[in-house]
Amino acid sequence: MSVPAELSYTEEHEWVSISDGVATIGITKYAAEALGEIVFVEPPETGATVAAGDTCGEVESTKSVSDIYAPVNGEVVDVNAAAVEDPEIIGTDPYGQGWLFKVELSEEPKDLLSPEKYTQLTEGEG
Amino acid sequence: MTSDGGASANLRETALRSAHEALGATLVDFAGWLMPLRYSGEKAEHTAVREKAGLFDLSHMGEVRVTGPQAADVLDYAMVGFLSKVTVGRARYTMITDEDGGVLDDLIVYRLADDDYLVVPNAANAGTVLAALQERAQGFDARVEDRSADTALIALQGPAAVDILAPLTDADLSEIKYYAGYRHTVAGQPVLLARTGYTGEDGFELFIEPASAAPAVWEALLKAGEPHGLAPAGLSARDTLRLEAGMPLYGQELTRGLTPFDAGLGRVVKFDKGDFVGRAALERAAGRSADSSGGRRLIGLSARGRRPIRKDMPLLRDGEQVGTLTSGAPSPTLGTPIAMAYVDAGLDTSTGEFAVDVRGRTEPVDVVELPFYKRER
Repeated sequence: MSVPAELSYTEEHEWVSISDGVATIGITKYAAEALGEIVFVEPPETGATVAAGDTCGEVESTKSVSDIYAPVNGEVVDVNAAAVEDPEIIGTDPYGQGWLFKVELSEEPKDLLSPEKYTQLTEGEG
Repeated sequence: MTSDGGASANLRETALRSAHEALGATLVDFAGWLMPLRYSGEKAEHTAVREKAGLFDLSHMGEVRVTGPQAADVLDYAMVGFLSKVTVGRARYTMITDEDGGVLDDLIVYRLADDDYLVVPNAANAGTVLAALQERAQGFDARVEDRSADTALIALQGPAAVDILAPLTDADLSEIKYYAGYRHTVAGQPVLLARTGYTGEDGFELFIEPASAAPAVWEALLKAGEPHGLAPAGLSARDTLRLEAGMPLYGQELTRGLTPFDAGLGRVVKFDKGDFVGRAALERAAGRSADSSGGRRLIGLSARGRRPIRKDMPLLRDGEQVGTLTSGAPSPTLGTPIAMAYVDAGLDTSTGEFAVDVRGRTEPVDVVELPFYKRER
C-alpha cells in the first residue's frame, strides 16, 4: 500500500504533518482498513498537554478499540469535530478530512518514520 | 493492530473460499474455519440485509444426521425439545444440555422424514454435539453421522429473498413456511431449502451436499440478486443483525454455566415428554425461574451516548454492579450502541440510573425491551 510521501509516520500507524510548529495527526489508511468501519472516536481535548508515546484517545470500530498515541510533545490546539461527529470519514479519507487533532510542538519530534520506513513496516506486518 | 496475513494456517476452508477472495473479502479464523468477516463493509452489508438482501456463507456450521427407526426417540432423549412431535418438513429451534442443565449448544433440528433428522450445531460446538449425540444414541436403533465436511450452507436473508430465489428454484416459495424445509433444486443443484435464519429478516438457508455444488448456487444467487440490491455479507454483519433481533449467540448469551431458563429461553424445554438428559436439573431451574428467587435474566440496553458498549463490560445501577454485558455493538439500524446483559432474575430494572463501565468511564444506558429490532410482517 503506498502512503503519501509528504507525511511522517509512527509505528502505531499514525501520520504526522508538521507546518509552522504545529503537527496535524491522524491514522493511516493501513490502520483504518485493519480496524474496519470506524464508529467512534475520542481525540484528546483541546488544551491538553501530550507527550510522545502516551495514549491520549481512542478509535473504535464495530469490532475493536484502539488507543490513539501522541506522536509528539506539545499542547493540543485543535480537534477535528467533523470526525467526532461522523467517524466514518476517518476510514474514507484518513489523510484528509479524517485527521484527528493538532498539537503545537514544545520540542522537535523524534523517532518519526519516513514514508519508506513506514511502508516497510506495514509490508512486514501484512 | 492485527492483520489477516497469517489467518490461513491450519484452518478449514469452505467450498466458497475462492468466491470470497474474488469478492475482496477479509477472511478470518472463526472456530477453526477461514470465513469472510466482511466484504465491502459491515454496515452496508447489514443495511442490505435489512432493506434488500444479503448472501452468507455459513458452511462452517455443523451438520449431523440422525436416522433410523428410533431417530426421534434419540433426539427426545438427547435434547430439551419435543422433537418427535415435529412434523416432516418442519424445523425447530432447540438446545442440548449436560446433566446439570448447562447449555452445550443451541441448534436447529430439521425433520427430513419420519426416520431422518438434520441437526445443525454451531461450528465451535459441532464436535461436542456430535459426541453427545453418539453417546446418547447408544441403545437406540438409530445412527448418528457427521456430514459437516460434505455439506455447504448458504443463507439468503432479507425482504428481497423471495424475489431473488423464486426464478432459480422449482419450489413454490409461498408454500414454505417459516421454520420449514424441503428438498428442492436451486440453480439446478439439489438442496435442502429451509425458511430459517439468524438475522431477524425473512429468508432461506440452503444446505448443499456435496459441498462442491455450492459455488454454482452462490454465483447464481449473486447474479439473480444483483438487480435487487443483494450484497454478499460476512460474519460481522451477521453478528449485528442477530444482536438487533435479540437472538442469543453461543459463547456469549449461552454457555455451559447457564441453563436455558437463565437465558430467558426456558420455553424451549419441554417437560411433557419422557426422560431426557438434564431433566432433573432443568425442573429445578424452571422452579427458580418461576418465582424469580434465583437464576438470571437477559435484558436489552441502549446507550444514550455514542461510545460503543461491549461484551464483558460491567452493568451498573446507581454505581453498583448488577450485571455483565454479553454482546454489544453500535446498531446500524437504530444508530445507537446496543447491548444485552445478564442481571439477577429478581432485579427491578424500572428504577435507578443504569450505566455501563467502559474502561473506567460510565456511559449512561436505558434498559429496553428485547428485541431491539422486529421486522414488519
